[in-house]
Amino acid sequence: MLSKIIRKIAIRRTYHENIRTSFLYFAARKLHNSQTLQQTAQNESSTIHASSIQRGNYSQLTSDHIHFFESILDKQRVLTDPSDVEPYNVDWLKLAQGQSKIVLKPKTTEEVSAILKYCNDETLAVCPQGGNTGVVGGSVPVFDEIVISTSLMNQILSFDELSGVVMCQAGCILETLENYLSDHGFQMPLDLGAKGSCQIGGNVSTNAGGIRLLRYGSLQGNVLGVEAVKANGEVIDCLSSLKKDNTGYHLKHLFIGSEGTLGIVTKVALQCPPISKAINVAFLGLKSFEEVLKTSINARKKLGEILSSCEMMDHATLDAVTSNLKLQNPIGEYPFYMLLETSGSNREHDQDKLNFFLQSSLVSGEIEDGVMASEPSKIKAIWEIRERAPEAFKADGWYIVYDISVPLKHFYEIVPIMSKCLAGTSVKRCTGMGHLGDGNLHLNVSGKEIDPNLPNIIEPILYEWTSLLKGSISAEHGIGIHKTKYLHYSKSNSSIQLMHNIKQLLDPKGILNPYKIFHN
Amino acid sequence: MARVLVGVKRVIDYAVKIRVKPDKTGVVTDGVKHSMNPFDEIAVEEAVRMKEKKIASEIIAVSCGPQQAQETLRTALAMGVDRGIHVEVSGKDYETLQPIHVSKILAKLAQDEKADLVIVGKQAIDDDSNQTAQMTAAVLDWPQGTFASKIEKGDGNLTIVREIDGGLETVKVKLPAVVSADLRLNEPRYATLPNIMKAKKKPIKKVTPKDLGVDTAARIEVVSVEDPPVRQAGSVLADVDELIGKLKEGGHV
Repeated sequence: MLSKIIRKIAIRRTYHENIRTSFLYFAARKLHNSQTLQQTAQNESSTIHASSIQRGNYSQLTSDHIHFFESILDKQRVLTDPSDVEPYNVDWLKLAQGQSKIVLKPKTTEEVSAILKYCNDETLAVCPQGGNTGVVGGSVPVFDEIVISTSLMNQILSFDELSGVVMCQAGCILETLENYLSDHGFQMPLDLGAKGSCQIGGNVSTNAGGIRLLRYGSLQGNVLGVEAVKANGEVIDCLSSLKKDNTGYHLKHLFIGSEGTLGIVTKVALQCPPISKAINVAFLGLKSFEEVLKTSINARKKLGEILSSCEMMDHATLDAVTSNLKLQNPIGEYPFYMLLETSGSNREHDQDKLNFFLQSSLVSGEIEDGVMASEPSKIKAIWEIRERAPEAFKADGWYIVYDISVPLKHFYEIVPIMSKCLAGTSVKRCTGMGHLGDGNLHLNVSGKEIDPNLPNIIEPILYEWTSLLKGSISAEHGIGIHKTKYLHYSKSNSSIQLMHNIKQLLDPKGILNPYKIFHN
Repeated sequence: MARVLVGVKRVIDYAVKIRVKPDKTGVVTDGVKHSMNPFDEIAVEEAVRMKEKKIASEIIAVSCGPQQAQETLRTALAMGVDRGIHVEVSGKDYETLQPIHVSKILAKLAQDEKADLVIVGKQAIDDDSNQTAQMTAAVLDWPQGTFASKIEKGDGNLTIVREIDGGLETVKVKLPAVVSADLRLNEPRYATLPNIMKAKKKPIKKVTPKDLGVDTAARIEVVSVEDPPVRQAGSVLADVDELIGKLKEGGHV
């Protein structure tokens, strides 16, 4: 098996100059004894991936600083008690641990502006935080950066029924927005498993993808306007609600996907599609990845305009969900599963279309079995199987997720390769699932006890392979702290240099979310 | 081997947000997604498992309601039921259809079809009546085992474990009998595509309550249907003294 990998790489060598032959040594390397993550000295970070980072030359927090913050926010919106601050210092996966001593909870853009102006003057580093649901360690401090939480900026400002444009503050929770819109007959253009906790400001700052991207496009298209605050406190108001506005540079794009390093997003204007009257979901069992690809091509052809999601998961993922969360498997045991969703305006038309597609796939042998549902309760139950998978992996003890974009043909290849490389380690599960329709694979690795060495085994293999295929090392999760060392795998040196230039222009003192995205 | 009659009801899907009609005569059902009553799904599943274990020979599903009730019957057929009977009740009659009527219908069908066991969900999630199984047993003068969480077949009898407030009660009933299914009896299967295809060929017979000699004239009158009162917002208090102050203010102490 390993020789097959070596042969494949040798062939691809001619297409890519920068292959390190040490790649193969990494693949064959044995593990050292595991070390537990220990709390380290103030100038070192215990966050996985951050151990070699030194704290930047920022000021230390003083009581004068605290008094200033208390003067612009009320006392209860300035958290300094360690037990209050603690949850803001750890990310959802518990792989990133910060050492912040203070959390600020502004309610308005003016408060954010005042805070940032002061922090910039005083050279205090800050870490903007929304729902803290990110999986690349970008939402928590690395050292003692001041956490600026948008949780209290949760007002929905306006909704225009005619255009479907909603304007809201950055701290609005995705699910809250979805519920508000559904009362008006509209829905959010994005949906993800973390919807009960993630905030729209964070979604915009990470250019979140999710399960509806296939149909409604990315946030880059759906965000019509943004209001953000620069490092020096200056408010940049590009909160347009117009679908078309070609007046100069599209500044809002500076803040979409820049993970809080170029500005803090305070308001968002989003264009929202009308809610679909007819939603159907199909959960399918397939015998090989080849059939998965065939089915997804057919789905796109035959379901075309009504297809709204095309997801896949392997058997190991379903196994985690059924064993850890006790959810019901709708069909039998198959090597691969797919979840298709259609959203349209005519119930009978859509059901007939989906039915016909599924029956013909069954007859032709592309799918082995499947269920179809149009009742909201069953649709919810089937989506849970896919959306709660991260929760299921977390229940194993610890869980890392990798998120890559590669050409569809090679979508699943890395999973068996990685499983083989991880055999004999403390890893319990190595599985693949993802937004098949977007070419975006989530590689899940979970086990009982975290081994800090595992990323060193997984990452060189994974990212080299991704780079060979000219893929992205982070399809939708962003860079955060976990992938800073690998940015060059997917972006050219000149691109990275331009990013540095823009960062220098917008945040010369580097106080906004330092240590994230860039590695140095 | 036993012939089993399963009652299934078409109700508003439990994941749908219920809206009261502005004229307060009922809830909005037009264009709202319906599905099989979850407890009835459990009843169907139990009947199908009995057939798979060869304890039952034939399963017949019955649903009372308008034309759309046939969709519910098709779901039951796709889960493994052999044939369906649609008792057509629509319009005003359907709005006032009560367990008292349904139980007489099920009783007549149980006699006509020579059923050995009638199994229904313990209650419907729209009216929460929890009466149909009990009334059907009374009309037939058959023994009943309600809130069943486990059913075992013996020789001409059933041993049923019932979930009651005090814990679990085990009863033994002679067949023929009426059973109502509770939540923990089983986990209903999904209707898979090949089975949905097969179900299209299974027969659904249509009858009316009149054919069965049952009068569906209204026995109740719906006076009004209203939303529950809106929940008042709570408030965070600073300390115990303030709490006592507020309680005194509100006349609670």
